[in-house]
Amino acid sequence: MKALRTAVLVLFGAVLVIGGMSLPNRGDPDARPYRDPSPAGTPNAPSYYVRHAERDADTPNMVTVILADYRGFDTMGEETVILTAGLVCFLILRRGRPKEKRS
Amino acid sequence: MTEVLLGHYGYWFIFALVILGFYGMVVKRNLVKKLIGMNIFQVAIIMFFLSSAVKWQATIPIADPALGTSDPDLYISPLQHCLMLTAIVVAVATNGVAYALLIAIHKRFGTLHEDELLARMTHDLDLD
Amino acid sequence: MMRGDDDAIISLVARTVSPFIMIFALYVIFHGHYSPGGGFQGGTMLAAALILVRLAAGNDLAQLQFPRSWGTPLGSAGVLIYWGTGFVAMMGGGRFLDYAFLPLAGAAPQRRSLGILFIEIGVGLAVCGILTAIYDDLLEGRPHD
Repeated sequence: MKALRTAVLVLFGAVLVIGGMSLPNRGDPDARPYRDPSPAGTPNAPSYYVRHAERDADTPNMVTVILADYRGFDTMGEETVILTAGLVCFLILRRGRPKEKRS
Repeated sequence: MTEVLLGHYGYWFIFALVILGFYGMVVKRNLVKKLIGMNIFQVAIIMFFLSSAVKWQATIPIADPALGTSDPDLYISPLQHCLMLTAIVVAVATNGVAYALLIAIHKRFGTLHEDELLARMTHDLDLD
Repeated sequence: MMRGDDDAIISLVARTVSPFIMIFALYVIFHGHYSPGGGFQGGTMLAAALILVRLAAGNDLAQLQFPRSWGTPLGSAGVLIYWGTGFVAMMGGGRFLDYAFLPLAGAAPQRRSLGILFIEIGVGLAVCGILTAIYDDLLEGRPHD
């Protein structure tokens, strides 16, 4: 069992290293993710955000504009996830505790 | 070869963190240690995304009047920052849920060690 | 530790630092349009200020500052602000969460900017309330000794 786990770990590390070899160099502005248009022929999303964010929303901080405006649905669902997590904690840990203590 | 190694040197540390987190999840038998491993894994993924946003000779993604916004190469890619910003907060919330479940398990079975936990669970099932 | 030992230095430092953390958190939320920051970061810092007092003064004394029962309603209020902004924009004639149709003064980019501000406030309140509520719930689950 121990040998199996070690083998899984080594295999995982090997896959990571082999995959990492073909990544673009770190910090290279000409790397494929930043080419405009992208290899699929669509407009590059980060370049679009950089060019249009300030004009569209009158806000210099592009991260804020993407978070709240371009990807507003994403953030909405994510905030609902946080609320659900809080409610789950509430339901797991608080339910009926005082009555159990007294009995 | 050296060019590949040097061009990716930030990634090797992140891969080391990923493997460390995976080791914690797979090998350790205590549920809290598994959770810590999952946290390390999560942080490593977040760091990988953020390091893929780096561009040399670029500044933070806040529009600077002196630079203008017509050339995207002057700004770090803002998309990864936005995605990981939400991921971090969701990670904190899911951690809260995970610890709540661990507390509930410990209340019910009195242990967090995996083997003992399985033994006690099957024992309880036999009693029912 | 959870009970809050009567350590003068710890309680003094926590009491002094906590309001400043809150002020800075509000600055991070409301200045998020022009500098790094926003609702998530500011909300987390607000929760950190509240939890700092909880750690230093003990959970019972900290109820005077932020009662245990407020966390979940505050988080729900934040989520409601978010959804409400979307629905107001929908009633103004646009799509859900299209801030250009909010009933506000100014041109479309200014209205979008204000809409983003509302969103950030909602997110900040939700994150602050829920993180504090999770901390309280985790303490609730501890065995009383």
